[in-house]
Amino acid sequence: MSVNRTYDPHHKWEPRLPPKSGEGGRTSAMIASLAAEGYETVSAPFGHALVAEARRNHRIVGLTADLAKYTDLHVFAEAFPDRFYQMGMAEQVMISAAAGLAREGFMPFATTYAVFASRRAYDFIAMAIAEEYLPVKIVCALPGLTTGYGPSHQATEDMAIFRGLPNLTIIDPCDAVDVAEAVPAIAAHEGPVYMRLLRGKVPSVIRRHCPDYKFELGKAKLLRDGTDALIIASGFMTMRALDAAVELEGQGISAAVLHCPTIKPLDTGTIIAEARRAGRLVVTAENHTCVGGLGEAVAATLLSNGATPTFRMISLPDQFLDAGALPTLHERYGISTKSMVQKIRSWL
Amino acid sequence: MTSQSPAVQLSNTSLARRAWEIRRKAVRMGEVQGQGYVGQALGIADVLAVSYFHALTYRRQVPEWEGRDRFLLSIGHYAIALYAALIEAGILPEQELETYGTDDSRLPMSGMASYTPGMEITGGSLGQGLGIGVGMALGLKAKKNPAFVYNLMSDGELGEGSTWEAAMSAAHHKLGNLICLVDFNDQQADGKSTEMLCSEPLGAKWTAFGWHVQRVDGNDIPALVAAFDAARALEEAMPRVIICDTLMCKGVPFLEQRDVTHFVRVEADEWQKALAALDANRPD
Repeated sequence: MSVNRTYDPHHKWEPRLPPKSGEGGRTSAMIASLAAEGYETVSAPFGHALVAEARRNHRIVGLTADLAKYTDLHVFAEAFPDRFYQMGMAEQVMISAAAGLAREGFMPFATTYAVFASRRAYDFIAMAIAEEYLPVKIVCALPGLTTGYGPSHQATEDMAIFRGLPNLTIIDPCDAVDVAEAVPAIAAHEGPVYMRLLRGKVPSVIRRHCPDYKFELGKAKLLRDGTDALIIASGFMTMRALDAAVELEGQGISAAVLHCPTIKPLDTGTIIAEARRAGRLVVTAENHTCVGGLGEAVAATLLSNGATPTFRMISLPDQFLDAGALPTLHERYGISTKSMVQKIRSWL
Repeated sequence: MTSQSPAVQLSNTSLARRAWEIRRKAVRMGEVQGQGYVGQALGIADVLAVSYFHALTYRRQVPEWEGRDRFLLSIGHYAIALYAALIEAGILPEQELETYGTDDSRLPMSGMASYTPGMEITGGSLGQGLGIGVGMALGLKAKKNPAFVYNLMSDGELGEGSTWEAAMSAAHHKLGNLICLVDFNDQQADGKSTEMLCSEPLGAKWTAFGWHVQRVDGNDIPALVAAFDAARALEEAMPRVIICDTLMCKGVPFLEQRDVTHFVRVEADEWQKALAALDANRPD
């Protein structure tokens, strides 16, 4: 049951009464955590990694728009109170001020929610930061569908918005290791960066499957090989892909997982080489709308280079999503592990 | 109640009872989820009681009635409070309170226009309500509709530049049909609003922007009634703002004394204690 999404002043409202007994609805949570899914977790990996990096790199400063506690930047604020700027609920001036600090030689890490950076501060990011190629790192919580709070907080199109912006590097890390290792990597990069952030208790998953894994800016990494399907994934969908691959293996299907945490610039060399290996279904998996994200970027890369495997996308639909409990919504919109397994089976 | 809000004739004591009912319903919704912005709801209950049972004109059976005063909830996370007021006003059925925040409920945790009758706009991306209010006020004037537009916003939203674009626009267009209510509870996500991005001297700012300004104790019902009356009665063609200084968690003493933050932590066994604290002071 989905809500009426069209504005209609004459809409006839029907009450939705609670279930009679037994079956209570599930709760929705403002700050949803993937930790609930039973993975081993690390607390505030971004905040701790930024503190470690800032001890070496004295240019680093932190800014937030009233969301230090919700982007793990409070860890940095406590360690370096003199290098932390609380800008209040004012995303546009936070971005403009980050540009100004960068012009004075600092390396600002600016945090907010992904919806507010991509929708509200976009012009300021475009002109004050990206066009000037300033070293500002925009780090944003609640990417894609990581809150059940509804469209005001669900940044389902942030990568599409930012992919159109020249000069901007875009990172979609999978887990605590990725987040922590991305921090020194983006600090070593002189240009502007947009990073999707998993905050709070963040699962640590990749190393369990692939002990030698290391995040490298601009590189896609094969976490697991397979002969029937190749899943190219970013963000927490790589966790899903790894879980799905294990489950598919039990069903006699061999799936490879290529983790692609740098969305732009895309590691086209690795993607084309993997996709050209004969006989595999190629599936992209992203926590983002089907429009303008990893899937379309991979599709364009493959077609432009004459690689034409059977290709499918797992992504969020092109619509404003419901409010509700995160597990319900991941199931509803087809980005749960279960749903991924079903889809890949049906496509083979 | 068919045509207009009946409460204009009611005494301040009755408004106190309405506010108490709103608080109680908000706490009951908080208990459903085990969480929620109940601190804000308790703080704003008196403003909502005066709005829905003294100031606003509406038809409870026809939430979209063209003659209604528009009430915009810019602060989407205050939905728990507005749902309580809409239930108390008879616009939403009381049983639906038990669905607050659950899957497919009409009462999501952040207020959205497409989900709930009486919810005029989708708030939650803060700093948008006042601008939408400017457009609705312009539209009402163009239609020669005498209704008022009320925009309820928070002190945190004063940080958004869009708020001040809208403030300047409203004065420029002489929008005497626009009344902005600012809930000044001095709390936002990271701490005290005045320590995040201080908006004081706030009254002087609005005055300088060309608004008629009142600042009242937002938990003092007679003061609120007087302020709403003055805002509506003003003859000058200028927008009006009522800055309401409120206390988070008002009415539940043990929560009032808690180290209050944006998201008040309430333990599982405390919801019933909160209801008991309200019940101990039920107004007539």
